[in-house]
Amino acid sequence: MVIKIMRNFFKKMFKRMFNNKKDIKLGFYGPPNAGKTSLANRICKDFTGEEIGKISKIPHETRKVQFKEKVEINYKNKKMTFKMIDTPGIATKIDYEDFLKFKMKKKEAKERAKTATQGVIESIKWLDDMEMVVIVLDATKNPYNQVNITIIGNLVARKIPVLIVANKIDLKKASLKKVENAFPEYDVVGISAKYGKNIEEFYETLFKLSKKI
Amino acid sequence: MVKKKKSIKKIRGFSIQFLPYNEIANLNSNERIKKILKIILGNNILILQGKLKPEEEARLIGDTMVMIGHIKNFKGIELAVISGNNKNQGFFNKFKTNLINALSKGDLGAVTIIGPATIVKDIKKNPKKIELLLNK
Repeated sequence: MVIKIMRNFFKKMFKRMFNNKKDIKLGFYGPPNAGKTSLANRICKDFTGEEIGKISKIPHETRKVQFKEKVEINYKNKKMTFKMIDTPGIATKIDYEDFLKFKMKKKEAKERAKTATQGVIESIKWLDDMEMVVIVLDATKNPYNQVNITIIGNLVARKIPVLIVANKIDLKKASLKKVENAFPEYDVVGISAKYGKNIEEFYETLFKLSKKI
Repeated sequence: MVKKKKSIKKIRGFSIQFLPYNEIANLNSNERIKKILKIILGNNILILQGKLKPEEEARLIGDTMVMIGHIKNFKGIELAVISGNNKNQGFFNKFKTNLINALSKGDLGAVTIIGPATIVKDIKKNPKKIELLLNK
């Protein structure tokens, strides 16, 4: 019994010491086209001058997990270093015909659909490796989508701190209140990743949440 | 002036299958997902009593993705879970619900709807209602 307590104490102590030195793995999750890469790009550009990935109006633009190491966020004299992990959007269905609407050729659309399905699988696999997750939702869409609830449920089951971002609040149709009402137990920040609106509040909440790791 | 006649668009045949929770309660995650996918791939809309664990839901999405492109005309699934709101329950009722859920090894106050995307276009959910939109 005493040995067990001692072992747990040292394990916790080493974990804390180790955690202080390494970068926090910060994941960006959410449905396709919610603005995960746009937000990750904004953060990376603000603090490293470089972007993490390409953005597009066509869903499933990010089809592979993208990283940016050693992103040091400096906010109000506080500093934290993150490993940013931008993941492909999670969906329950992918139809190549949806891409044809964007004037894509059939072959190209089929290839995009194929790689998009692989991207979803990769995103799900990566859930286990996250230390903190920002869930990016499109504030113009219905937040009660089951994909959102499934992602959050999985993070809660893994005891990973979650911050919900209601993106695209610059658009008329956007409703921050709807997102807040859908997830009353979580921190919800309304932003516009495209224009940088309310990004300060995002950093503030991110720092606050990092204490839960 | 000639009034336009209202018309109901024809929909292709589909069936709804109800799965009571006790049929999956003693199955492991692999077996549960296998059973659910078998029903979905038979072009049925599944109404499951209770709900899956979050990791099972994620696994179901992952397995579905693997099947797209490998099974002809399969485009994925639509999924929604409706849970009873037990936030305003008193202590005794909350205890009773938790006890029933513990004994049945699942959340019996919930209902899960899963359908193949070829049949179910969208499941619109808000706290008060659920709408099942079918493909033409």
